[in-house]
Amino acid sequence: MGRLTVTRLTWQIGEVTDIVQETPKVATLTIEVPAWSGHLAGQHVDVRLTTDDGYQTQRSYSIASPPEEARLALTVERLEDGEVSPYLVGELRPKDSLELRGPIGGFFVWRAGDPRPLLLIAGGSGIVPLMAMIRHRAAVEDHTPVRLLYSSRAFEDVIYREELERLAAADRTLTVAQTLTRSQPAGWTGYARRLDRAMMDEVAWPAQEGPQVFICGPTSFVEAAAGLLVDHGYDPRWIKTERFGATGG
Amino acid sequence: MAFISRGFRGKRRDAASSSRVPPGQHVVGDFPVLSAGPTPRPDLAKWSFTINGEVDAPKTWSWDELRKLPAEDITVDIHCVTKWSKLDTSWKGVSIDTLMEGVDTAAEYVVAFSDGGYTTNMPLDEITGHKAWVAYEYDAQPLHPEHGGPARLLVPHLYLWKSAKWVRGITLKNEDEPGFWESNGYNNHGDPWREERYWGD
Repeated sequence: MGRLTVTRLTWQIGEVTDIVQETPKVATLTIEVPAWSGHLAGQHVDVRLTTDDGYQTQRSYSIASPPEEARLALTVERLEDGEVSPYLVGELRPKDSLELRGPIGGFFVWRAGDPRPLLLIAGGSGIVPLMAMIRHRAAVEDHTPVRLLYSSRAFEDVIYREELERLAAADRTLTVAQTLTRSQPAGWTGYARRLDRAMMDEVAWPAQEGPQVFICGPTSFVEAAAGLLVDHGYDPRWIKTERFGATGG
Repeated sequence: MAFISRGFRGKRRDAASSSRVPPGQHVVGDFPVLSAGPTPRPDLAKWSFTINGEVDAPKTWSWDELRKLPAEDITVDIHCVTKWSKLDTSWKGVSIDTLMEGVDTAAEYVVAFSDGGYTTNMPLDEITGHKAWVAYEYDAQPLHPEHGGPARLLVPHLYLWKSAKWVRGITLKNEDEPGFWESNGYNNHGDPWREERYWGD
């Protein structure tokens, strides 16, 4: 179990042990960080890159692995005009070293044992910190009822598709609803449109259940989802949001 | 020997903007949105801005009263702890100095508070002396709710989480009291030039 630390978050050198291409633009980097202090599901790390003449730049990435796994996994979307993500997804290889510090963020976190039903809402690579929560729950065999609503552009853009199918098939308390907003394969049985009121009314827990909500995605998606839930009768204090724009780099 | 990221070339910045960008930050052209929960929907007819706490008589302004106070045009660079900086942003708002006129207090700290329950703490002398404003226009337009409208605090010399969105007032305090992000892993002070991002920085 990870914990928050009050001591300085120092920069650490990890070694990339594995890189898995999740979708055409998204890869998961598995990193061995020798002195990792542990983390909570939903936290992120800062990654710092340094050129041979000393120029440095930093970005934040959500942690995809649950606290129970020794190695850190970061799932990164390659943004073509970005500075850091094309390096992480394209240049970086196993056995390379990567400088990072963390874990960061003590608010957008979920701990197994919280009795409230969970509603997780992801747009695109916003699934990453929510996947850490789903994996954490599975790792400790927590049976808090969870509903995930996950919006992607197309079938080939769905991150963790097979793992989500496998987890949902094995766990009646995990429900995965997906929508594909741009194109759908033949025989697709999920939603085929942008998030809207009818979809939210079908997927969201009734307000009387007093659920806890985590939403992560692009700003317009997060604004829409949070607004629909407030309209649905949810107390704004139940809803935690994390956003990324086109500037994650 | 210092660490080098094998194969990383980086996008170089021109020297002029480099001197304006704090360590670990990069310049963006758009205006990213970050907030911890849903965007509040306040009713301007019931909106107010209040200075309370360690003060003999709390002061409160309605929306219309705030808008009638002398306002300033402000052009500043802003720096978010999530690594983006935006240069030459233009705002309109009321200086905290204007709001503090006639307020007699021995308090040395403030906690700004917002619709939705957000709080952030600062030393009082870091928001007075022409260093902070209650801003209600951005780029000559009413401040968009996503960016903190109807009004947000603007404290450009600190990381942007100190510039509380949807601000409704400040509480004067004798003791420093960590706010929302300051209690959730982020630095109590938040000076971007000293890269005070997190606890212990």
